[in-house]
Amino acid sequence: MSNLFTISPDFSPDRISGWYIFNTWFQKQTGEAIHLKMYDNFHSQIAAIKNDEIDLIYANPFDAAMLVREKGFLPLVKPFGKTDEAIIAVNAKNTVEDVAHLSPGIRVAVTEDPDVHLMGMIMLEPGDLDANNMNIDIYDTYVLVAKHLLRGDADVGIFLAEAYDDLSNMIKSQLKILVRSQISVIHHSLMIGPKLAGKRDEFQSLLVEMSNDAKGKGVLEGLGFDAWIGIEDEEMEFMIDLMDTLNT
Amino acid sequence: MLHDMKPEDIAGDYQEITLNLFGNMTRKILYTQVETPYPDGKLIVSTTDPSGVITHVNQAFVEMSGYTKDELINSPHSILRHPDMPPAAFKDLWDTVQKGSKWQGFVKNLRKDGGYYWVKATVIPNVRNGKVTGYTSVRRKPSRTKVEECIKLYPTLF
Repeated sequence: MSNLFTISPDFSPDRISGWYIFNTWFQKQTGEAIHLKMYDNFHSQIAAIKNDEIDLIYANPFDAAMLVREKGFLPLVKPFGKTDEAIIAVNAKNTVEDVAHLSPGIRVAVTEDPDVHLMGMIMLEPGDLDANNMNIDIYDTYVLVAKHLLRGDADVGIFLAEAYDDLSNMIKSQLKILVRSQISVIHHSLMIGPKLAGKRDEFQSLLVEMSNDAKGKGVLEGLGFDAWIGIEDEEMEFMIDLMDTLNT
Repeated sequence: MLHDMKPEDIAGDYQEITLNLFGNMTRKILYTQVETPYPDGKLIVSTTDPSGVITHVNQAFVEMSGYTKDELINSPHSILRHPDMPPAAFKDLWDTVQKGSKWQGFVKNLRKDGGYYWVKATVIPNVRNGKVTGYTSVRRKPSRTKVEECIKLYPTLF
């Protein structure tokens, strides 16, 4: 019976083909039948997880607690040198230089990306800003978040740092970063569900060794990073605890 | 083991006080009125064992506390205890986390050089296989309004 693999819906659109190629490579290496299914948004992906449909997931850190503690998922690997960081940006013409000088009632443009949203909200707290005194508008992509800042119909944008850095220079020149997070321990993780738990060691060593093989290296390039790093249970528990402290 | 603070480590004019700490410890504290602002975008993270002895710190913890990592590991977390913090706040923290709940509050922390920094702290018990194996504390930049409220409130709690 085929296993269902899914990717956190915040993946970069440029990487879609990379993930399909990775899935083909992984099936060949493991001999397992794995079907890759992309969900349009976090709500539909979470519904599938809750419905026990998912066996393998490249998960957003925000969902790690639910996956591990409620659904019995186990961590396999994380991308080397790639952590999730957030940026708070405003229009370059905005005279505000510090989050502390933002005022209640501002319009904040965000995506649905849950860990970036969480980190962004924490970085707005020093300005006495929270969900109760801001107007939050959710957009499909970070490019749209930037567009609304440029148009002036959003005062503040919360970005995944990597997505902000990938914006064109022309857009970035019209924006101003107020804060960039330097958290360093929040990352996406490839995880397996209970049905595949017996394969954990085999899968983990295949993935960790992937960068030592020419073909594997090429597949990793398509995902945008150089190697997978194994994750121990305690490292995952630590990240879940950390996310838990932030989610208040 | 917690050592008394040393005059040679202190930056600027200081006052002296002896604090009674958890576990029947006392510590001579030398403290100044110099505030170090909390750095934007960073989290200060540490974990302790169930008795409050530090087992892990991140780089932001090292930078803000002024201690080296070696000085922090195996020290009680009360190495950061500032005399302006009311004991009731820490009693509430311990009572809360020992019940298995999350604690959150605004804390004035003491640096090795006698200065201080304000944080918004969240502490949660680390539950592994149903057992509490320690506590994780994550500090973030506090709102200045909340800090000003604490500056007024805390002296009334002694």
